[in-house]
Amino acid sequence: MKYWRRPLDSDQVKVPRGEIHIIKDRCKGCGFCVEYCPKDVLEMSEEFNVKGYHPPRVKDEEACVHCQLCEMLCPDFAIFVTEKEDKEAKVEG
Amino acid sequence: MKADPKGVLTGSHFLDGDHACAEGALAAGCRFFGGYPITPSTEVAERFSQRCPLVEAIFIQMEDELGSLAAVIGAAWTGRKAMTVTSGPGFSLMMEHIGLAAMLETPLVLANVQRGGPSTGLPTLTGQADMMQARWGSHGDYEIIAVSPNSPQETFDFTIKAFNLSERYRVPVLVMLDECVGHMTEKVVIPPADEIEIEPRRYYKGPKDKYLPFKPDKDLVPPMVDAGSGTRFHVTGLTHDYRGYPVMSADCQEELVRRLVNKIRKNADHIVEYEEEQTDGADVVVISYGITSRVALRAVDLARQEGIKVGILRLIVVWPFPEKRIRELAGKVKAFVMPEINYGQMVLEVDRCACGRAEVALVPHGGGWVHDPEDILHTIRQAAKGKGVGKGVIEYPRKKRG
Amino acid sequence: MSAPKVAERPRPKMKEEPHPMESLLRMERIPHIWCPTCGIGTTVTAFATALEKLDWDLDKVCIVSGIGCTGRVAGYMRLDSFHTTHGRPIAFATGVKLGNPELKVVVFSGDGDLIAIGGNHFIHAARRNMDLTVICVNNFIYAMTGGQVAPTTPPTGYATTSPYGNFEKPFNIPHLAESCGAVYVARWTALHVRRLTNSIMEALQKPGFSVVEVITPCANYWGRINRLGTGLDLMRFYHENSIIKHGEDTRNLDIEFKKPIVVGKFIDRERPTFLQAYNQRLSEILGDKFKPYGGKA
Repeated sequence: MKYWRRPLDSDQVKVPRGEIHIIKDRCKGCGFCVEYCPKDVLEMSEEFNVKGYHPPRVKDEEACVHCQLCEMLCPDFAIFVTEKEDKEAKVEG
Repeated sequence: MKADPKGVLTGSHFLDGDHACAEGALAAGCRFFGGYPITPSTEVAERFSQRCPLVEAIFIQMEDELGSLAAVIGAAWTGRKAMTVTSGPGFSLMMEHIGLAAMLETPLVLANVQRGGPSTGLPTLTGQADMMQARWGSHGDYEIIAVSPNSPQETFDFTIKAFNLSERYRVPVLVMLDECVGHMTEKVVIPPADEIEIEPRRYYKGPKDKYLPFKPDKDLVPPMVDAGSGTRFHVTGLTHDYRGYPVMSADCQEELVRRLVNKIRKNADHIVEYEEEQTDGADVVVISYGITSRVALRAVDLARQEGIKVGILRLIVVWPFPEKRIRELAGKVKAFVMPEINYGQMVLEVDRCACGRAEVALVPHGGGWVHDPEDILHTIRQAAKGKGVGKGVIEYPRKKRG
Repeated sequence: MSAPKVAERPRPKMKEEPHPMESLLRMERIPHIWCPTCGIGTTVTAFATALEKLDWDLDKVCIVSGIGCTGRVAGYMRLDSFHTTHGRPIAFATGVKLGNPELKVVVFSGDGDLIAIGGNHFIHAARRNMDLTVICVNNFIYAMTGGQVAPTTPPTGYATTSPYGNFEKPFNIPHLAESCGAVYVARWTALHVRRLTNSIMEALQKPGFSVVEVITPCANYWGRINRLGTGLDLMRFYHENSIIKHGEDTRNLDIEFKKPIVVGKFIDRERPTFLQAYNQRLSEILGDKFKPYGGKA
């Protein structure tokens, strides 16, 4: 997903921010969320959950744009994103 | 509760058993029919297809018997009384869903207009050889109720009885007709709606989020709900707990399937029904059901003229079998004589209950026609000697004259 | 009679945050039984999202599943749900729909259940244009029973009952659905979650027989037996090899082993539903002796 070009109106559009919630013990370590997050927010953790899987962990929450792709792709309903009430959203430089 | 007049064709009619079956269902409040044509039961479906649009009921001819009974179960769970009809080959195709109906404890009626079997057999001729299949046909332990009418009038009445029993015990009920009764036209009197007693469905009345589809009342029967009523229930053919959720354990199996079986066995005294005549002091009791019970009357009359003390016991509810009564009679009579249009099915139950304390003589018939009363009479004469006690089911083949 | 000694599986400790789908799932039964990377969970998420976006009265939505991995979906949805017999959910659902036409009835099952053993009911319900929404999760094999070949297995594909490679021609589900009369036919993979959700929304709103086929990764059997890698590899394969062709002629939608998969919305047409035809015909013939039955569809 690295080759996305920058949208022309990126200076006017307020980019949403997301807060990621991971229900660790429900995860089966399939890796879909890490693979398809467009902003590389997630990575697989070294930690074990109660069933012995490695759940994802947030590498860079600031990068999350609340696209919810991780939430929609997760086969185990183990991750979801809530929109952060942005005080003054940081417009991408 | 009284019948809904909409479905009751009050008046005196001249109907065959098939048509009477459809009218009985409509009188009982049946408002969904899913079926598939099969001789000799097709006329039931034809009648439904004519009458349903006039009484706000739905008739659908499905693509096969499997789909027919599946649709009937689905419709039953929306609050509709639902029915299907079939004959031998279709009956065999419906076995899996009889099991599903028993497991989901779904009230429905299935009429089987029996024909000569096995396989394609004698499609247009009579038979009574599906009786054990009716009881044991599907896989696993379960119990159903089956009634057996011997006339179009009784077919009308027993179909109503079948719907009432199915609602009362949340169980599939079979109406075991045969081709003779199905295609015999006789007078059928349909009473006014307010003279027909209907068993209302037992609905759950508690809070919507607390409904447990399989939590029984004291009589082992759980109350029901309709789909779309907001309880968000789940039902499954898997062994399940009160909530209807699958639980793969022997404990849950014992809890559930034991109840499915006891639901009928423990309530058998309220379900079992038969007619008796002159069984007190009788030497021989002729046990029969369906069309055969009418043919047997001739033989019983002839036997009585010869001075043999013969009683009659006619099964109305064939499953559950009237064990208690047979055990009682077994101690008092010399012999039971059982004519049935098969090579020995219900007679095995008679023998089981007689426990060797009375002779059990079968008058078999391969199907395709009814018994010759002389054959029954011949067996009654031999059985009256009571020489066959404790020998299991015996037969007295008769040398045909000329 | 005491409450039953129900064998509760040792539940892993759950975090408190409510997942947005919790109102639609039977949370007391989560985590579910499907294997890691299985696409059924993703398809359920798409279905639940579609339902939420439609904002329907969920008391009036019924879900019917058959037997198989996808057959377990009904058990996880907080709806009036029926887990029926193998191959018969569509026939069962026909009864539910006709029993109470106001209900929205969804059949959610697998390729083996709907197209193989259930084929007869599939083609007839499509022919009748019965108002049902069918979500057919296609993982190419019978997975619940351990990965046997199915009537949807791509030729040369390996399965436990095609140890020398499948040599039979599989069904092309969109083509089958279209030819039998379905009014809405679409196919997506588990990766196309947004488009899949939109398709399910369209199918749910479309009166008549609508079919959404979902190609899902089955790493545990299809992937492993055919050495196609992990579930992630299968998803990557979809990412690299699925071609969106809306309106494509359904005859060109065969799925071949390790070849690109054509996805998209192929059919969206109008046909009177079973009940519309029933009401129309009977009113025409019987006039006021006939009271039209049920709602619009």
